[in-house]
Amino acid sequence: MSQTVTLTIDGAKIEGQPGQMILGAAQEAGIYIPRLCHKDGLTPHGSCRVCTVMVNGRPMSACTTPITEGMVVENDTEQISSLRRDLIDMLFVEGNHFCMFCERSGNCELQALAYRFGITAPKYPYMFPDRDVDATHPDIMIDRHRCILCGRCVRSSQEVDGKNVFQFVGRGEEKRVAVNAEAALADTNVDVTDAAIEACPVGAIIKKRVGYVVPIGKRLYDHKPIGSEIEADGAVTAK
Amino acid sequence: MSEALVTAVKDICQAHECDRTRMMDVVQAVNDKYGYVSSEAMDLIAEQLSTHRVEVESVVSFYAFLSSKPKGKVVIRLCNDVIDRLQGADRVGQAFVEELGINFGETTPDGQLTLETTPCIGQSDQAPAVAINDVIIPNVSSDKAREIVRELRQHMDPARLVKQHGDGNNAHPLVGSMVHNNIRKRGDLLFTPINRGEAVRKALAMSPVEVIRAVKTARLRGRGGAGFPAGMKWEFTRGAPGDRKFVLCNADEGEPGTFKDRVLLTELPDRVFAGITIAGYAIGAEEGIVYLRSEYRYLIAFLESVLEQRRKDGLLGRNILGKEGFNFDIRIQMGAGAYICGEETALISSCEGLRGDPKNRPPFPAQKGYLDCPSVVNNVETLCCVTKILELGPASFNEFGSDRSSGTKLLSISGDCKQPGVYEMPLGVTLREVLEQCGGADAAAVQVGGASGQMVGPKDYDRKICFDDLATGGALMVFGPDRNILKVAHAFMEFFVEESCGYCTPCRVGNRLLMDRLEKIMAGLAEPADLDYLKELGQTVKTCSRCGLGQTSPNPILTTLENFRPVYEAMVKEETQGFQATFDLAQAVAEAEKIAGRTSVHAHA
Amino acid sequence: MAKPKIATTSLAGCFGCHMSLLDIDERILALAEIVDFDKSPLDDIKTFTGRCAVGLIEGGCAHEENVEVLRDFRKHCDVLISVGDCAISGGIPAMRNMVPLQECLQEAYVDGPSVHNPAGVPPNDPDIPLMLDKVYPAHEVVKIDYHLPGCPPPADMLWEALVALLNNKPLDLPYELVKYD
Repeated sequence: MSQTVTLTIDGAKIEGQPGQMILGAAQEAGIYIPRLCHKDGLTPHGSCRVCTVMVNGRPMSACTTPITEGMVVENDTEQISSLRRDLIDMLFVEGNHFCMFCERSGNCELQALAYRFGITAPKYPYMFPDRDVDATHPDIMIDRHRCILCGRCVRSSQEVDGKNVFQFVGRGEEKRVAVNAEAALADTNVDVTDAAIEACPVGAIIKKRVGYVVPIGKRLYDHKPIGSEIEADGAVTAK
Repeated sequence: MSEALVTAVKDICQAHECDRTRMMDVVQAVNDKYGYVSSEAMDLIAEQLSTHRVEVESVVSFYAFLSSKPKGKVVIRLCNDVIDRLQGADRVGQAFVEELGINFGETTPDGQLTLETTPCIGQSDQAPAVAINDVIIPNVSSDKAREIVRELRQHMDPARLVKQHGDGNNAHPLVGSMVHNNIRKRGDLLFTPINRGEAVRKALAMSPVEVIRAVKTARLRGRGGAGFPAGMKWEFTRGAPGDRKFVLCNADEGEPGTFKDRVLLTELPDRVFAGITIAGYAIGAEEGIVYLRSEYRYLIAFLESVLEQRRKDGLLGRNILGKEGFNFDIRIQMGAGAYICGEETALISSCEGLRGDPKNRPPFPAQKGYLDCPSVVNNVETLCCVTKILELGPASFNEFGSDRSSGTKLLSISGDCKQPGVYEMPLGVTLREVLEQCGGADAAAVQVGGASGQMVGPKDYDRKICFDDLATGGALMVFGPDRNILKVAHAFMEFFVEESCGYCTPCRVGNRLLMDRLEKIMAGLAEPADLDYLKELGQTVKTCSRCGLGQTSPNPILTTLENFRPVYEAMVKEETQGFQATFDLAQAVAEAEKIAGRTSVHAHA
Repeated sequence: MAKPKIATTSLAGCFGCHMSLLDIDERILALAEIVDFDKSPLDDIKTFTGRCAVGLIEGGCAHEENVEVLRDFRKHCDVLISVGDCAISGGIPAMRNMVPLQECLQEAYVDGPSVHNPAGVPPNDPDIPLMLDKVYPAHEVVKIDYHLPGCPPPADMLWEALVALLNNKPLDLPYELVKYD
């Protein structure tokens, strides 16, 4: 009995394990599927939609769709890139992303994706929402202007830290990440060493006093696009 | 923290066995008792249910009818659905504002009365309608609104506002509502007298597999809008591994302009419950849940009494109708004001005591649904159809309807027609025939399928209402020649922006962007290129959204763009200087002009 | 044949992007060989003398005069480029966009801890342009042909972009030059 599942991504034949999601199987084969809310090791969330791929012609999120035998996946096509650009643009205009002074600039996954897709300005008008900052904790700060509601902190706190520091509250445009306390982060059992703090892909949850320690030119995405580490790993001969 | 609160919350939690998955019931009970769920109450609930406070806050903050801030003893919720607005809801709203001396979203200084708006409350055929706590007052005028406020100020008892009862079971002592059924056309299928127990008896005489086969032979497809073959859904659920399975009846009827399930629940609750019981037998479930939208809470005492009677009659409970080993019961889960909970996986989340976020699929509910058990979710009307399939046999059921769409369809008709109400029509009927019957033949446009459906014009009136052509959950909103199509599309977009759960990016952000650009077009601040912008953005939202809400929410704009393009074209003009038409200098300096007390030299040139 | 002309302006910006342009160092001589500067703070020409090939916009629009200048640039320039984050997103000045205008003025001119303003009201001379309700990115006010992000955009990026555009070559900037900080 076969222990592997065979599928194609942009014409390249790859193999994966039963139960694996498209995103993970692709990654092991050296194919990068862009993503934001996904973080290896956490329960797939399927909220940012940046990993949208066409599965047998239908749009699906690659992080939540299990691979099946003979599945035909399109990932790197002009149509999908255009959709992904739209989604990245939406996340930029929805929040207040001041890259020029953000501690996470250069190491930010949202910014890195925009770089990868060659975005120089969003096509949608900025919304400039009024959000808040929680700097009550001695070592950690939450800047909700930068939050993209990916839920990586929520899941990391629950699944890795065994806590429940963060959770979504509100609905629709009012949705935001709240903390498990009446007032603020300082009143929770969060710790600066929690995985949840590291899990934030943007500058919404940051450690105090360590901002800008890595100089420009040495940051994660200064020289190579996000995803190139995955593409460098596995040689896939496509098409 | 008051002792009374501690005791009350403890009692409420214990009444639900401190079961975390019954969070919806717990927070609603607390909200009912105090008018809101206070911070202290959240801490207490979290402690009692062995969860975290932020989880309680997460649930409370999701639902429109729950509040974390104090509200008045009586909450007046004016329906601001597009049909209600066309029929004068704005004037009624103004009357409430004046009489109460407060704006929408506010509570009177004495803490007695709160005024809010709410999306479609399922009374579009008797609009404008208002919900006062659980009491529905249909056909409200501005005079009536003033009268309501004056009277409430005297006795603060919404029940006493009910002056005369509606028809049918609306007059039942346990309903006691002013709502009318407005059943304008009874087909020969659903609205026929019921012989209680017949359908269940016939089902139990067959094997579960035979019941599923009958439903498949009848080619029954879901009546909620998606049209998925019901028999196939049952078969998947029956075949899924698991000892515990569930039947969920979707009575969340939140699609604007839809109200036919309200009438079924009022007049034919036995059909609904029999359908659920039969589904339970077919898939091997012992538990059924009716997810009832909060706006229909005035029906709950009545529905509970029908359930109780069915238990007494051996139609629910252990060894139903003497069938050894078939045990089945039904509970009613109240919703709390969230359109998204009509989406089947969001409905499941809500039943589980969570935010009404849709779940990732796969796994589908048939594999992993309520409490991770295989579950079938069916619409109220679908389940009523099941009883007729059992009563008449699949072949007779097939005789109703068209080639590939069998049975009848209940249509909820509202708007600019002489006889709004519920019509039972054979599937395959043309839109024109329907419009003629309801007195809406001069319609300029019809929104088929509610807010998420499509807006069609006269060239489409010969199309058929069936699964292969104009598929619909049954809402037809009729718009006369004087109506502004863009205003209608805008009202729908407002609704989606309000009701998006916010989980995924395209729906949370994209609907707002669509609405904002539509507003620019309506204000004459747009170019032809902005129509392409709407189309492309709408496509992105449809393609990338995670659930049916975002996959259909751009439809009001996309279908009006397609079918009523001249209306848009009349509002846009080419910008020749390279400026952005959407930028309005006069509006941008208006605030500064006010502050500075002088006029801009540039803006008004 | 006359040399093509370039115009530049700093709207709600800090002149950092103009500094970055000067940072192309000796290449500015090469630039002067192929273009003439028209309206620009670099040569202090205040009004357009004619049609320009390229207009460089630094900063977004914070007040009505910014809008007028930007529109004037759009009218006179074949290609309009947003240079830097403030032109592209509003940038630092747009941090006021989350605060109502009245509160901004009150804080800046009356209540701020370092404010000395015995009059106790925000200045309101008729010559002071009226503020907009928020700071607008340039491309939300007029159509912009290209965006060169950065705070400021590196001199190399500005150089490469100008050379490409003036030679009718496609603008294809290397990954390492396009950054938002």
